[in-house]
Amino acid sequence: MADTKEIQVQEAEKQELAESEAERTRARRAFVPRVDIYETDDAINVIADMPGVSADTLDITLEQSVLTINGYVEEEQPADHTLAYAEYRVGDYTRSFSLSNQIAQDEIDATVKDGVLRLHLPKTKPTTKRISVSVG
Amino acid sequence: MLSNPFDFRSSFRGIERLRREMNRTSDQTDRDPLFGNVAGYPAMNAWTNDDGAIITAELPGIDLDTLEISVHNDTMTLSGERNPEDLGEGEAYHRRERSYGQFRRAFQLPFQIAADRVEAAYDKGVLQITLPRAEADKPRKIQVRAS
Repeated sequence: MADTKEIQVQEAEKQELAESEAERTRARRAFVPRVDIYETDDAINVIADMPGVSADTLDITLEQSVLTINGYVEEEQPADHTLAYAEYRVGDYTRSFSLSNQIAQDEIDATVKDGVLRLHLPKTKPTTKRISVSVG
Repeated sequence: MLSNPFDFRSSFRGIERLRREMNRTSDQTDRDPLFGNVAGYPAMNAWTNDDGAIITAELPGIDLDTLEISVHNDTMTLSGERNPEDLGEGEAYHRRERSYGQFRRAFQLPFQIAADRVEAAYDKGVLQITLPRAEADKPRKIQVRAS
């Protein structure tokens, strides 16, 4: 188990999304949110860090087994203040995952709290059919 | 520190220099050669005006009971902790990109902070700390008598 004493410097850096074939329609910069994915007996859980995002600014779509998470973040600009020092930039979050057919796509559940998105992807129940054999 | 408080650029230089000093004494790396100028976790932005400063930090999923903000003279210290999910038997991670643990960071401002009027709000994973300037530290207008 990794030592959990110190959070590394790299955690504070956000990874910017490199625009590839299909560009985003918005002209704002987009970041790739860090995720933890872990698997339990009956589901796969995805936890994504997206500070600044709430339930109404999240867009989660599932198309042809590709799950896309889009989180929109407002610019932080306190009234009457000027930016004196910046270590991070504010932008939207986007990330896509391809799901296997073992996921029950109709039962995906999503909750957001304090800028952390939790996705619950239940696995399909395995259906085993017994084939009866007749003496021929 | 000789800096014009109305010129935010000189405040920025002051903050930069003192932040580096602060981080050197607390044994944190100042510059990561690959990633640039981030001095520690969490990354912070500072917004200023004549009456004080607002510091914002991105801290998603922090347990507010562990979050401590303390203010002394012109320095604000932020510390807290985030705990990992406890996995049961037979559960395994596919990806682990978020990190956990304790963090502590100090931020020095170019003015004395009015400690009794400091406010902090945590919304959607972004912590916003309002640090007003101490009254005694505000610049005073000098009346010129024409003789």
